[in-house]
Amino acid sequence: MKTESQESISDANMARRSFLRYAGVGVASIGLLATAACHKDHQVTPTPNGVDLGAKNDFAILNYAYALEQLEAAFYLQVAATPFSGITTAETKLLTDIRDHEVLHREFFKAALGAKAIPDLTPDFSSIDFSSRAKVLAAAKAFEDTGVTAYDGAGYLIESPDYLLIAGKIVSVEARHAALISNMITPGSFAGADVIDTSNSLNKSATIAEVLKIANGFLKTKVSAINYGYVAS
Amino acid sequence: MNLFNIIDEIENIDPEVYGKLSQRRDVIKNIASFGSKVAVAALPFAVGTMFKKAYAADASAPSVVDVLNYALTLEYLESTFYNAGKDKGSALIPAAAATQYFNQVTTDENNHVTFLTSVIKSLGGTPVSKPEIDLTAGNGSGSGPFADVLTNYATFLAVAQVFEDTGVRAYKGQAGFLLKNQVVLTAALSIHAVEARHASAIRQIRSQTPWITSTAGLGNDTGIALVNGNYDGEQNVKQSTVDVTTLKSATSSSTSVAVATAAFDEPLSSTQVLALLQGSFLVKK
Repeated sequence: MKTESQESISDANMARRSFLRYAGVGVASIGLLATAACHKDHQVTPTPNGVDLGAKNDFAILNYAYALEQLEAAFYLQVAATPFSGITTAETKLLTDIRDHEVLHREFFKAALGAKAIPDLTPDFSSIDFSSRAKVLAAAKAFEDTGVTAYDGAGYLIESPDYLLIAGKIVSVEARHAALISNMITPGSFAGADVIDTSNSLNKSATIAEVLKIANGFLKTKVSAINYGYVAS
Repeated sequence: MNLFNIIDEIENIDPEVYGKLSQRRDVIKNIASFGSKVAVAALPFAVGTMFKKAYAADASAPSVVDVLNYALTLEYLESTFYNAGKDKGSALIPAAAATQYFNQVTTDENNHVTFLTSVIKSLGGTPVSKPEIDLTAGNGSGSGPFADVLTNYATFLAVAQVFEDTGVRAYKGQAGFLLKNQVVLTAALSIHAVEARHASAIRQIRSQTPWITSTAGLGNDTGIALVNGNYDGEQNVKQSTVDVTTLKSATSSSTSVAVATAAFDEPLSSTQVLALLQGSFLVKK
């Protein structure tokens, strides 16, 4: 369905990201986004393998974050639903807190993206033995460390200062999770040589392609980012 | 609401309003063209953001080197603090904690000083020199509110936590000034993540949640009222235009303030940070 308002948006040739910068993203503008989403340039493109993040702009990056948060939330929901054997009260509390943070990150991106959001992804955790503390924590460490490198590596691609700040607000919380999980595995490993460049003490960062390769290993719905040079395989 | 009446009104006071809105002029025209049918809900945000940008003091936006020198000042403070603790040895820091936490953190902060100094030089800038530092927060008197910081392990840990959490907030406040600068922004975000890892670890030693868990009225969860300013704003629950407490959680149709505040770290501006540190930890000349 094409409405008069869409014609106008299209005729005005307004870049979507510019518009959003002025409109602000969120609940109040979701209705507007919903109409814009019907436009072909603005569509999330399904690929044979799953879902593509779409045109090279802030929405692709926000959806990239949304994909990772969906994966993390699904993982910790599973951890909380089927706790590993011998889990302590303290561990239950911490892992439940992390679950709640990840669910909120997921819900926030979903609300902020509105009609621009990629669909719900189906996780595949068949490679993880949820009854084993070691396996669960190793997977958690992989998710958290990957999340931090993903946000750090994609930050410069964000065009809006408001979105960059949101990403910054989340990445440090992911880093707090990562440090905790590392310490649960090996005390004192919160900033180990596996995640930090020891020559300058900078956290490592990763490209979208590198991150999606890891994430897709835990997803039935594969995510690609063709515009950023990555096709899901 | 009539956007054009508002702009006309402003033009009476400031004839250059259109110039200030320069690149925004097309946007204004475009807003007119799609009119009230779809944009009514979005307009208040549109107008607010446009004028904020048009009248923001662009001249005061710091340069990349300014941002890096500000970061360097904070890293000087942190490295001085940890090196002083390390010099005290086991008289202050238990051997196990030194091995498992403090040696790593000390190394990282020293590396950050070296790294930032070299980046500033490589950009043709002049690194700021190390400020005079009073770890007791006494502005050079050596007898500030944290007078026993290097003799009492509990005080040392508390100050470490405040420095790390403040560092995370301070870096976050600068990201916007490094927008789209792949090299410098990525480096700053990467230091920011390491500071957050430190904050998490220090908080665990203090038996606090590894994340900042605020109440509706108070961002500071350290139990030290003196540092309320360092945590001011952490109690925020609104992200973008979304009140995240209204979003569904794993177990309910809403989200608690504790989770809403812990799941997002908040920024501090350089003005806020310097107001907190100058005249206390950083000696005012």
